[in-house]
Amino acid sequence: MREALDPWTFVVASYAIGVGATAAMVTWSLMAMKRAEKRRDEARKR
Amino acid sequence: MHGFANPARFLRIARWLMPLCMGTGIVVALAALGWGLFAAPAERLQGETVRIVYLHVPAAWLGMAGWMGIAVASFTELVWRHPLAGIAARACAVPGAVFTAVCLITGSLWGRPAWGTWWVWDGRLTSMLVLLFLYFGWMALSQASEASDGGQSRAPAIFGLVGAVNIPIIHYSVTWWNSLHQPPSITMGKSAMSAAFLWPLLFAMLGFTLIFAGVVLARMRAILANQQAEARLRRKALAEGDL
Repeated sequence: MREALDPWTFVVASYAIGVGATAAMVTWSLMAMKRAEKRRDEARKR
Repeated sequence: MHGFANPARFLRIARWLMPLCMGTGIVVALAALGWGLFAAPAERLQGETVRIVYLHVPAAWLGMAGWMGIAVASFTELVWRHPLAGIAARACAVPGAVFTAVCLITGSLWGRPAWGTWWVWDGRLTSMLVLLFLYFGWMALSQASEASDGGQSRAPAIFGLVGAVNIPIIHYSVTWWNSLHQPPSITMGKSAMSAAFLWPLLFAMLGFTLIFAGVVLARMRAILANQQAEARLRRKALAEGDL
């Protein structure tokens, strides 16, 4: 017997996880870069 | 290649290349995902769940490409002592691990309606899970090396090269062993997929690859900037100590 699963639940969950994880990684990497470059510039000024 | 060994020259290039890769990648990936989600047709046997392919395949490709990046950078570090190679390897690890995890999760979400199970311990799924654990191990080793000797140890580079053995195992697992996972649909120069599925998939792969490149460049800039700040503060502290 075949289960009646709604395929869109799985599609939407995949897109939410994939896009969410990519967006979080991009944001985290850009923020870490900005923070590190600000720290380097402040160290140069001292 | 040694021309790019100079961190100042690398930074000059990375300053315009990173936003270009990131911006283009985000636009192309979002367009490809929209195409796959709303415009591409449903597949005859898999129905609507085939739309997961536009995320799952780029994630699988980048999970493996991330480790190949670590392996090439490790080889370059060991053989030519390229000053940016170790930094490039460290920058590849996190995006590689994230895409490997996305591949495993989206694969599981695809497997439940397509195969009737979330997970099977077959060659493809298990070797991909091993890749995720290799990333975790490499990141732990790299951090320990950074904390103990300022990143001078060769252990992460050797681990990076040895771990690359898993990449052909992942690739050929579906032909070597019986598997629920389908064999490769796209090989060099030919595709078993219809153009209606192939084009959005190729655009999604291009978009996510550009995002991956942008993230690696951003992380390399962050690691370099932190190293430069540390070096400057150390020199300053030494100079003040001499006075």
